[in-house]
Amino acid sequence: MSETKLPLYGDLADPTPKISVRGLDFFYGNHQALYANDLDIAPNRVTAVIGPSGCGKSTHLRVYNRIFELYRDQQAKGEVLLNGESIFAPSVKLLELRRRIGMIFQKPTPFPMSVYENVAYGIRLHYTVAKSELDGRVEEALKGAALWEEVRDLLNRPGTALSGGQQQRLCIARAIAVEPEVLLMDEPTSAIDPIATAKIEELVEGLKGRYTLVIVTHNMQQAARISDFTAFFFKGYIIEFGETKQIFTNPKNKKTEEYITGRFG
Amino acid sequence: MKKASNTRRRELTDLTMRLVSGAASLIGIFFLVWILWTVAKNGLAAFNYDFFTALPTPPGIEGGGLANAIVGTLLITAMAALIGVPLGLFTGVYLAEFGKNTRFGGMVRFTINITMGIPSIIVGLFVYTLLVLPFKHFSAYAGAVSLAIIMLPVVARTTEDMLGLVPNALRESALAIGMPRWRAIVSILFRSARSGLLTGILLAVARVSGETAPLLFTAMNSPYWMKGLAEPTANLTVTIFNYAMSPFDDWKTLAWGASLLIMVTVLGVNLFARTLLREKTR
Repeated sequence: MSETKLPLYGDLADPTPKISVRGLDFFYGNHQALYANDLDIAPNRVTAVIGPSGCGKSTHLRVYNRIFELYRDQQAKGEVLLNGESIFAPSVKLLELRRRIGMIFQKPTPFPMSVYENVAYGIRLHYTVAKSELDGRVEEALKGAALWEEVRDLLNRPGTALSGGQQQRLCIARAIAVEPEVLLMDEPTSAIDPIATAKIEELVEGLKGRYTLVIVTHNMQQAARISDFTAFFFKGYIIEFGETKQIFTNPKNKKTEEYITGRFG
Repeated sequence: MKKASNTRRRELTDLTMRLVSGAASLIGIFFLVWILWTVAKNGLAAFNYDFFTALPTPPGIEGGGLANAIVGTLLITAMAALIGVPLGLFTGVYLAEFGKNTRFGGMVRFTINITMGIPSIIVGLFVYTLLVLPFKHFSAYAGAVSLAIIMLPVVARTTEDMLGLVPNALRESALAIGMPRWRAIVSILFRSARSGLLTGILLAVARVSGETAPLLFTAMNSPYWMKGLAEPTANLTVTIFNYAMSPFDDWKTLAWGASLLIMVTVLGVNLFARTLLREKTR
């Protein structure tokens, strides 16, 4: 869409990117949803993905852990590198890829089991651990998701019995329990109340030292508050990418400016 | 503009519709209650200790019960469930999870729908030629197979429907922590849909426990305790068929008792299944 080449993360900061996307096209059947996406995701930082509804933000994110492959009519073309290695390479073990790249969804989706089991399930899936060690790991994951104090006496309750905000943090605990490198968050606060949202934003702040975070959000203030880098999506194209401060104070593209000042979207 | 007469005609049509549909449901209910009442009244007369514990007696000899038929029906139904439920369950899994938009999945779904409409007597005849004629004897397992064939499509369709109700987000979040597909299905989706799945299975069991025609050609009937699965086996529905047509009054009473027993069991299973489903939707 734009003739001038967009700056990539590599042009803005030093370390090699955690994830590099090059020339990514995406199709729902015959409908193309993403066009030639290029994007670098900074390690141990928060990258926000913003843009109007239906512009391919979630679609873009869902390529990283290849979750879109669940649907037969969806197809991705192009390259996505995790630590410099293609996630589509035949040698990549899909289950291991998904352990390394966790995902949080728009609506909290606790498994139909106890709070404890929700977290323990993934640990048992990927690691062989003794019961005593498992308890410790579950506690650690729940602490990591800032949920431990609230659920330490409710570990045997069903996960669905928690409040919406707690359920979402349970999903975060479940994701970090398997020791991922990247956490993908697809509008993680759009289905929960403002106070719970504030808690999750605070949590994201705490998580970014240990994990690489990519967060899709409709909330402009949220992107400005919690992210280090921002990518602006429009109609399947990445229109602008840069440091969050620059995107929000001095956007280079007119569309970006119109969107963040609320003139459309 | 003849507005007034128009309104009146509409009101009249409305009233007629109400009366017709009200009357139709009253007639339906009337016959249902009549059947229930008749079966209950006549059946209760047969219920005594002997009915549940004794073997049938030859005509003319007092007493006797249907213990062998009760055991036979339970056994044949259990065996049918053992065959039909896993096959139906996994067919449903295929339809909902793997073959959703595939040509083969569509073919399977179509076949399942057709199978559901096959008259049960044809299933009985089919199994008769398949498992009775070649072995030259009626058997409990032939009965079980024919009931299983009737159960399979029912279980498959409810499984597909119930798994279809599980939100995709749950499927995705299971896969997103690196769960293999089969594990996501068995430990997350089955668990999430468990009351619905159980309801489907129970309704399928209730459905076949009243079937007569498929057993007439397969398990047949017997006045004795069964000696093995390869023997003609007593069962309640064929007993009803035989005894109700007989000229002996005590046999007729036993047939009423068997009818009541089946009716109460099916009703109980249905009620239980619906409670389960209500719990799920709550």
